[in-house]
Amino acid sequence: MKKVSVSFTLNGDLVTAEVPPNWTLLKTLREYFELTGAKEGCGVGECGACTVIVDGDAINSCIYPILEVEGKSVTTIEGVASKDGALHPLQKAFLENNGVQCGFCTSGMIMSSKALLDHNPDPTEDEIRASIAGNLCRCTGYVQIVESIKNAAEMIKQEK
Amino acid sequence: MNDFEYLMPTTINEAISLHEKYGEGAKYIAGGTDVIVKIKEGKISPQCLISLRHLQGLDNIIYEKGELRIGAMVTHRMLELSPVIRNEFPVLADAVENIGSVQIRNVATIGGNIVNAVPSADGAVPLIALGAEVRVIGPKEARIIALEDFFIGPGQTSLKTGEILVEFLIPKLLSHTGAAYWKHTRRAAMELPILGVAVLISLDDDMKTCTEARIGLGVVAPTPMRAKNAEAILKGSKVDEEILKKAGKAAAQECKPRDSSRGKAWYRRDMVELFVQRMAKVAMERAH
Repeated sequence: MKKVSVSFTLNGDLVTAEVPPNWTLLKTLREYFELTGAKEGCGVGECGACTVIVDGDAINSCIYPILEVEGKSVTTIEGVASKDGALHPLQKAFLENNGVQCGFCTSGMIMSSKALLDHNPDPTEDEIRASIAGNLCRCTGYVQIVESIKNAAEMIKQEK
Repeated sequence: MNDFEYLMPTTINEAISLHEKYGEGAKYIAGGTDVIVKIKEGKISPQCLISLRHLQGLDNIIYEKGELRIGAMVTHRMLELSPVIRNEFPVLADAVENIGSVQIRNVATIGGNIVNAVPSADGAVPLIALGAEVRVIGPKEARIIALEDFFIGPGQTSLKTGEILVEFLIPKLLSHTGAAYWKHTRRAAMELPILGVAVLISLDDDMKTCTEARIGLGVVAPTPMRAKNAEAILKGSKVDEEILKKAGKAAAQECKPRDSSRGKAWYRRDMVELFVQRMAKVAMERAH
């Protein structure tokens, strides 16, 4: 199939991909850019393992047509830590609070909670739970994940 | 996924011309949360997707002189977070904040939800209670259709080939009007409804006599429906427990639920009876 060209900002860098028009954002991230942090779980927008942030909003990249990111800004788990390698408070908090078990859902969990904290730095527990309702953890470690997000919100507050 | 072209027109006329050019193989796509899934599952295999996301002016929520206009490309998340919707039309917030996940609501559009016409579409039921009409533009004409007449069957609408649903028109509500929606589910998130009930009630200055009632029911018939017998019982009555019970019973009788994996018909009828009463009470509390 004839390839199309799409340009967007990926983790802060302006990039261009040449991919078939029927590719999704997830496929492009994993197979063109070799960024394999976002996972394919269900592939139909139910599980949230593919969650990335597009223009500030968490979305399921597995059902997002690649051409729709033209001119937009995409952040993946690979772009969450700072360029010098310092972890984001969410990443620290997930490690310290056992928010990571098998790890398959983790990048999606962190991207959903990052979108939440970027908009709402002081969320209630209900708001935290609503923000990750679309991220399934098959280890069922939700308690630690919610604790991790609360802890990250604290860390961010203290940094300021 | 099958091979397809992906086109992004910026005007409605351009979108319609592209649809005519590609004919049978063309399919409009809005947020894509249903269309892409259907393609992945092999249920449809269009040769050309025509994105409606870049059409100018279809993503606005406009509240003017009591009338509400919602562009078809407005996402569920935009509705959920809109102060106008939360304050003036909480019945819509009731519905949209419980559709899918944040990731889905950030992308999925209200127009797409309605055009897909699945019996479980949560967006349709409160819009029907609000008396919404849809504005449609096609190759031949532009027309306005009452939303309740828009649905023909499961997955089927009265849209003709090439037509695009462009906006929802919600007429000014009478004074002292309140409305509420209940999505009945087994769990709190990521769930399709077992049934949905929306009740709108307008009251006279005495705040007791019902001057207008519209009841929308979802998943209890092949298409979203109005419970007109129940509405007739409420309209003109002084609303009390007795009247609400009668209205609940009438709605349960006039709906046409079936047994499915999410609920048996008898259970759905019982729940329609109950939630018509409960939502009427919430609607009256919200009326001011």
